[in-house]
Amino acid sequence: MIKTDTLIIGAGPVGLFCVHQLGIIGLTCEVVDNLDKIGGQCIELYPDKPIYDIPAIPECTGEELTNNLLKQIKTFKTNFHLNERVEEIKQDEKKWLIKTNKGTQFETSSIIIAAGVGSFEPRKFSTKEIEKYEGKKILYSVKDKKIFKDKTVTIFGGGDSALDWAIELSNTSKVILVHRRDDFRGMQASIDKVNQLKEEGKIEIYTKCQLDSVEGDDEIESINIKHDDESIKEIKTDYVLGFFGLIMKLGPIAEWGLNLDKKTIPVNTENFETNKKGIFAIGDICSYPGKLKLILSGFHEGALAARGCFKYAKPDEKYRFEFTTSSKTVKSRLGIKE
Amino acid sequence: MPKITYLENNGNSKTIEVSNGLTVMEGAVQNDIQGIDADCGGGMACATCHVYVNEEWFDKLPKKEDGEEDMLDMAFEPKKNSRLSCQLIVSDELDGLIVSIPSKQG
Repeated sequence: MIKTDTLIIGAGPVGLFCVHQLGIIGLTCEVVDNLDKIGGQCIELYPDKPIYDIPAIPECTGEELTNNLLKQIKTFKTNFHLNERVEEIKQDEKKWLIKTNKGTQFETSSIIIAAGVGSFEPRKFSTKEIEKYEGKKILYSVKDKKIFKDKTVTIFGGGDSALDWAIELSNTSKVILVHRRDDFRGMQASIDKVNQLKEEGKIEIYTKCQLDSVEGDDEIESINIKHDDESIKEIKTDYVLGFFGLIMKLGPIAEWGLNLDKKTIPVNTENFETNKKGIFAIGDICSYPGKLKLILSGFHEGALAARGCFKYAKPDEKYRFEFTTSSKTVKSRLGIKE
Repeated sequence: MPKITYLENNGNSKTIEVSNGLTVMEGAVQNDIQGIDADCGGGMACATCHVYVNEEWFDKLPKKEDGEEDMLDMAFEPKKNSRLSCQLIVSDELDGLIVSIPSKQG
């Protein structure tokens, strides 16, 4: 059981800045995120896209923003629990007991949900009969590439994941690449490599095609792909890999008894607390009149939510506002030596 | 004000007046149209505002930018007449536009 003043759910920019705001007022926190890396949507959806509306930063990419936020909180040596999703929360008198899908447990006086639009999960095929094959013969990620050795693998998708795996697996497997249009959107070097492998007869490529149906029992016997012109082609394959990016799902948060408005959590704008005492929501996931889904709004929300957590973490102390420019206490928390 | 017709995936048809300058996505979200999630809020980063545009309308719309076609790769059951509704800005020229919403977004 890890004891902390606050648990932050979500390691996106808003969660990261909230770590800073908690840190300078002397509260500890731990951060849980379902993704395998820090940065949330900034890293997962647009690491290379420039952002132009962060105050005092005329232009930066999602990746640069994340790295700068990490630099800003380095001094607090925060623990990040990545690849973990918070499943259960339970109130125990004045504490919250929290459990993740990997069994990590926390005891905390407050929770800050900075979960964007929920947790990222792979997008799946829409064909109905795929369910019985998913996780075995139809996969959305590669955990052990050895299972594909000397097998036929059909890869769907047109981005870097699809291209990279087509190239990698073509060394040891028969690879068929299927994409819904002629253009691939991955790195040019990967596209060139895939085309070269096609010339060499190492990869088969079908474009303007999508999965239509799957035949077989426990094993896949064959799949049918449908061309834009409605013609169907049968492909004998052992495995199917789908790389259609990630989708965001609210997930277990919906089960915690919080008021919900569509996929967002209504909060008050004084300290961004939800209908449950001690649970706060900030960033894209919270809603209130006038809410703007901007990173800068999330920073503001995090600053106030952090102060809101203070009374739960230190019920016998009075919170006093201090500036980083002048407070010795704050500077020492930031590790600044004078 | 231009009228936009949304064919929801439950079979309902809703015709709504949407102000010029808003996107077809915003018109849907503000009027509780079922099935347009718009998770990313219009940043062309999620493909959950995906719609099918009625054939008579498809060629009249401004062409897709590259980023939109890339995102449509991620959409649920994309077709030739697929668009991201966050990229369709309402104007008088779009008065009468009909869009169908896919059976789901993810």
